[in-house]
Amino acid sequence: MSVASDRAFSVVEPTRRARTVAAVLVIAYAFVAMVPLVWIFLTGFKSPPDSIAYPPKVVFEPSLEGYVNLFTNRSRQTPEYMASLPPPETWYDALVRKRNMVITGPSRFADRYMNSIVIGFGSTFLAVFLGTLAAYGFSRFKVPLKDDLMFFILSTRMMPPIAVAIPIYLMYRTLGLSDTHLGMILLYTAVNISLAVWLLKGFIDEIPREYEEAAVIDGYSRLQAFFKVVLPQARTGIAATAIFCLIFAWNEYAFALLLTSGEAQTAPPFIPIIIGEGGLDWPAVAAGTTLFLVPIVVFTIVLRNQLLRGITFGAVRK
Amino acid sequence: MSQTTATARAATQAATATPGPLAYRVRGLSDRAIAWLFISPTIALLLAINIFPLIWTIYLSFTNYRANQPGRPIKWVGTRNYERLLGSEDIWGYLQATAHFVCWTMFLQVVIGFGLALMINRQFKGAGFWTTVILIPMMLSPAVVGVFWTYLYQPQTGIFSYIVNLFVNVGPLDMIGSVDLAPWSIILVDTWMWAPYIMLLCLAGLRSIPEYLYEAAEIDRANALQKFWYITLPRVLPFLMLAVLFRGIENFKMFDMVVELTSGGPGSTTELASINLKREAFEKWRTGYSSAFAVILFVTVFGLGNIYVKFLNKVKQ
Repeated sequence: MSVASDRAFSVVEPTRRARTVAAVLVIAYAFVAMVPLVWIFLTGFKSPPDSIAYPPKVVFEPSLEGYVNLFTNRSRQTPEYMASLPPPETWYDALVRKRNMVITGPSRFADRYMNSIVIGFGSTFLAVFLGTLAAYGFSRFKVPLKDDLMFFILSTRMMPPIAVAIPIYLMYRTLGLSDTHLGMILLYTAVNISLAVWLLKGFIDEIPREYEEAAVIDGYSRLQAFFKVVLPQARTGIAATAIFCLIFAWNEYAFALLLTSGEAQTAPPFIPIIIGEGGLDWPAVAAGTTLFLVPIVVFTIVLRNQLLRGITFGAVRK
Repeated sequence: MSQTTATARAATQAATATPGPLAYRVRGLSDRAIAWLFISPTIALLLAINIFPLIWTIYLSFTNYRANQPGRPIKWVGTRNYERLLGSEDIWGYLQATAHFVCWTMFLQVVIGFGLALMINRQFKGAGFWTTVILIPMMLSPAVVGVFWTYLYQPQTGIFSYIVNLFVNVGPLDMIGSVDLAPWSIILVDTWMWAPYIMLLCLAGLRSIPEYLYEAAEIDRANALQKFWYITLPRVLPFLMLAVLFRGIENFKMFDMVVELTSGGPGSTTELASINLKREAFEKWRTGYSSAFAVILFVTVFGLGNIYVKFLNKVKQ
């Protein structure tokens, strides 16, 4: 009660009416901004005819055809051939046969998704590992030309990816790294490491040096102090940095498009080319989009505090 | 009870964490060695995958090399690529399209982002939750966003045109296919994605303003507009400008979302610099020519970025 009455007289606290107006506006914006995502989610459960109906269908009979089409390759057959087949063994066989088609095998979506996971986590681990070491080095030791090196690390992020892609394409072709997981992991690590060093240096700068000095007096070596004192203290910062690296690697498109084709291609260049009969198979595209975006949406909600800290970090410090 | 176990655990930890006798004898590496051991892998990686390619691009920009004909001898052509680029009217068209995209996205995102930040800063109930919801679009993959917006933008069957027609009866809107609307279709999607980013940095700026400034202003009988103009705006401006710098650089390089949404069309109305660069380099395979274009773009971003940062530092003082 007393808090409420304090607020009523405060010149800084917004009035009740101002709060209500703010809430209405922000919630309205959030709803409008969510419409595209909700719509794509729904489209994933539409049948192909429903997905291109006019006017757009809000109420429809849910179907898993999009998801089945996403994970399979199918071919159209003649009615005679369809009649000659034994009864379908699985529900997805039955679903596909309704359209006079048979499943010819799994599509490559699952492989692409796996590639996204392997390359995403691999490059995140490497960028955070190397970034933590370098950030500690810059934070604690006298390094010649420190400011220049730090600026150099940051400036590597200003290059347009396509500009770097030309020579990297040539370099990878010579080294045999094109279209390999290792090549993509190294590339994403190199892109992410500049951000990782900058973010982590800020976090490590905040850890008091006295902790390590005390540890060294207790008989730790520098390295032991780093592993047993600094690393546990920097845990939140390392987590925040890892999230950013993972999101970048997960979402990256230009390098994946230009440098991979079969083996190591990630999901983003694959989703746009899910072709059905007569153009894009929209429910399948929507299904792929949903499966690809869901981890990031869940991530954002679960880890929002770390994310917010990371995003505003660079700006707040300077 | 729990307190004793916690203390006991801390004691065991301290005991086990005490280094063994070896560490007493060998005090580990010198500080200098550790510093280089820690920093050099990062520098090496950046040199190999960022700097070496950049130097290579600069070299290629003076040649007539074509990456799809590796056997062909590389000929040094001097500054011919640059002369052709700067003399070409098409390039100015692409740069103009890029400038149009960057300026409008920045303007709209600053208005929406700052506005949202001011509202969220009033700290109504549930503000944290709604902030998170608003942030979701910026976490998504731009290429995948481009793909699904082509579906939303379908003139007959798409939800966008349908919703617009609920409010104003303009008939089917061909956002991607029409020369007039296509540039706005990409601006709209980018704003949808990134206005939350500007909002977030503005919010950080707003939270950094000490309350006593407003209290002092109240004593001086400043009205709401004066408070905004003399306290809020100057304090938020450095954050806002930094956000615009980061997003401006990203949008100048914009490729993935637009290439999936309009792939530069119709005609070349949305052919941004990076999209044309990709066409020249990986479809027409004019590696030398496109390297020169890449260098020009890089120098432009770097130059504009530096001028902007100087300006930013002036504002901060």
